[in-house]
Amino acid sequence: MSQRAVAVGLRVAQTLPVLIGVVLISFLLTRALPGDPAAYFAGVMADAESIEATRVKLGLDKPMPQQFIMYVGDLLQGDLGQSVGTGRPVLTDLAERLPASLELTLSALLLSCLIAVPLGVWAAVRQGSWVDHLCRVLVTAGVSLPTFFTGVLLIYIFYYLLGWAPSPLGRLDFIYIPPPHVTGFYLVDSALAGDAETFFATLRQLVLPAATLALFTLAPIARMTRAAMLTALSSDYIRTARAAGLPPRKVLYGYAFRNALLPVVTTLGMVFSFVLGANVLVEKVFAWPGIGSYAVEALVASDYAAVQGFVLAMAVLFVLLNLIIDLSYALIDPRIGFASK
Amino acid sequence: MTLTTRRSFLKAGAASAAILPFLKSLPAAAQAAETLVVVSGQTINSLDLHRVGTNRASYQVAVNCYDRLVTFGRKEMPSGEMSFDYSVLEPELAESWDISDDGLTLTFKIKPDAKFWDGSPVTAEDVKWSFDRAVSVGGFPTVQMKAGGLNRPEQFAALEDGTFQITLDFPSKLALPDLAVPVPFVINSKVAIANATEDDPWAMEYLHTTPAGSGAFKVARWDQGQQLVYQRNDDWVGGPLPTVSRVIVREVPSQATRRALIERGDVQMSFGIPDRDAAELADELTVYSTPIANCINCVGLNTIFEPFRDPEVRKAIAFAIPYEAIFQAAAYGRGKPLWGGEEEINDIAWPRAFPYATDMEKAKAHLANSGFPDGFDVPLSISLGLASWMEPTALLIQEALAPLGINVTVEKIPGANWRTAALVEKTLPMHLENFGGWLDTPDYYFFWAYQKDRLFNSSNYFNEEVEELTNETLHMPVDDPEYAPKLKRMFEIAIEDLPRIPLHQPALNVAMNGADGYEFWFHRQLDARPLGRSST
Repeated sequence: MSQRAVAVGLRVAQTLPVLIGVVLISFLLTRALPGDPAAYFAGVMADAESIEATRVKLGLDKPMPQQFIMYVGDLLQGDLGQSVGTGRPVLTDLAERLPASLELTLSALLLSCLIAVPLGVWAAVRQGSWVDHLCRVLVTAGVSLPTFFTGVLLIYIFYYLLGWAPSPLGRLDFIYIPPPHVTGFYLVDSALAGDAETFFATLRQLVLPAATLALFTLAPIARMTRAAMLTALSSDYIRTARAAGLPPRKVLYGYAFRNALLPVVTTLGMVFSFVLGANVLVEKVFAWPGIGSYAVEALVASDYAAVQGFVLAMAVLFVLLNLIIDLSYALIDPRIGFASK
Repeated sequence: MTLTTRRSFLKAGAASAAILPFLKSLPAAAQAAETLVVVSGQTINSLDLHRVGTNRASYQVAVNCYDRLVTFGRKEMPSGEMSFDYSVLEPELAESWDISDDGLTLTFKIKPDAKFWDGSPVTAEDVKWSFDRAVSVGGFPTVQMKAGGLNRPEQFAALEDGTFQITLDFPSKLALPDLAVPVPFVINSKVAIANATEDDPWAMEYLHTTPAGSGAFKVARWDQGQQLVYQRNDDWVGGPLPTVSRVIVREVPSQATRRALIERGDVQMSFGIPDRDAAELADELTVYSTPIANCINCVGLNTIFEPFRDPEVRKAIAFAIPYEAIFQAAAYGRGKPLWGGEEEINDIAWPRAFPYATDMEKAKAHLANSGFPDGFDVPLSISLGLASWMEPTALLIQEALAPLGINVTVEKIPGANWRTAALVEKTLPMHLENFGGWLDTPDYYFFWAYQKDRLFNSSNYFNEEVEELTNETLHMPVDDPEYAPKLKRMFEIAIEDLPRIPLHQPALNVAMNGADGYEFWFHRQLDARPLGRSST
């Protein structure tokens, strides 16, 4: 057990150079952006003098190495800096917006896994049947329909025409007040507060955007499940298992599916990471106050601290995600251990 | 507190702002006659206009939550829409005011019953502190104060008995109107000073999230990036009390979503809708499209670039531009045409139609006379942030100039770089521009857009006579007998020299479904005070 702890510790230590690299690169890249934040934030009517005053106020008049040292110094104290755009500490902004994005992304992924994995398995087992064709149609549609289009289409049908969905106004309709902050996930927080009304209101708001994202993420997961299942089903150990007379259920779920899970989990990790970045369009359509729209606004305004904070938060998230996936490999497949490292 | 019933909530009435966060949901009744929901695509990033980095959408907080000494009057426009009236000044916090004969001293008497939200009276010291702040913090507020000749704290004095005095360095017709723009709003200085620190003497940190004013609305909730909830201040003395008790401004970035919401009637107002939606929704909803005062969408020809130094080239382009097609394709006919005007200048209306219209024969003749008879290659730069009107306009211009041998390549510049490239460095040879001035006089427009090195003079235009005339007219009273002749001369030169070719006056579009009372204001932001619910 301690061996595993050491292995995990080593794995975590490996992420440090990555994070240092991210800090350096995000700092340099934001400075390399062509916009001038001082000119932007000095306002529409600013003259050269007030732009200069703004530059001093933002600390951008100092030489770059000095800016970097100050940034790293703050970072070591857990201070991500102050966003000029929102006028608040970047950490506060991220803490408020990251849960919104995560709640949406995780529910979308959960939804798409619930559909895609059984669908992929079924399609592989009944290759060439109508299920297989359905899987193919869904996958093609999911890949080829851009999320902003699906989002607007769903709003048009379910909100505008049918009136089933609530107003697409973000995480909660304006008549509700957000639940007391515990985790930042409204579903969890309202459940903790025992507030069923807010819980269901949150859930209703979540359905359309989550479905939009789920349709988009369904494709790679379903395809990967199907392909991995097909490979597993045609392998020697399945033939052996079948020849040994094991019940089909045991063969399918006990051996084939478990082996097919590895590539699916890998894909899931990748899908999660790109969806977290890609859901900015869904956030815009559904007025979702997530981290994607925050980052885009910060980029447009060349709001350095906010952009750096976003990149760093994402990097940490990805590092964590990869760590979890690596660890879950060992759980799924005992052959992959940490001892070998 | 969570157990508060809907009935007791209603009894609590105006005090609800304080208990609001403890309720799970607003009472259903509040949704009806008393609440108005507005959607907008812009985000409010601060509750303090004076802060560095406060964006345009946030100016509405200064309008709705704070008072100024004076405000503009209102008038009905020929289209039947209500608009601010630049020529009339009305009291807001000031009960009356007096201008000395030399025009240098403005004395204001503050309404004795004016109170801040915390119940303390509005005093001349508060006004002085707020004005000192506006001229001291730098950035946009300071620049805007300068436009009215307000430069230093020493110009402001709090006299006894609620009297406030401004001393000007020179008489200016812009001084009083500049007090009616959103910038010189009056802050509760006692509250602000109590929350100021040594590093932050103007309480920028505190007022950024916590307004302290005397305005018609208080801020009941602000969820940054999501919504702002205004709660009526029942003790407001600045004007007629708003008829709705709560206004919710919800941010919805997607145009399509905003349109679905207003069409369904789940929100009562969609502020700043695109021209296209305005044209399409005009039949089913109440849509206001008001030409924005003192604002012109124009083509800028940068006079430091060779082909555009030649006046014949500039005229050739002015005759080649397909104005009507641009007005229809880029503005969907919303706004006001600014082409094909009279040759003779008989009035001082501004923005005015220049005497150019699409005429390819004339365009060819002018180009033939120029130093570039065979045309030239030129990039036409547009801002991606304003692509909705700039892109179709640029494509139509590109198409129209091709027969003249002028090869236009459309260059798209991201929003963040646009300001730097177009306005600060002024390095774009041919570009589109849309400056609008808050103070509604032609000389004010010339000051920003035609004088050398001014921010919006993206064409690097310089003409000695225009410099001089602008300086002379800028602070001159409009009823001065010399004013109109001088302006006409300025128009003549602008029409002849053409550093900026006007296309049309853009419109601010607002759609209403179940609300009324909309008034257009020059700051182009939501003024929630006159709004009410209507039965439709």
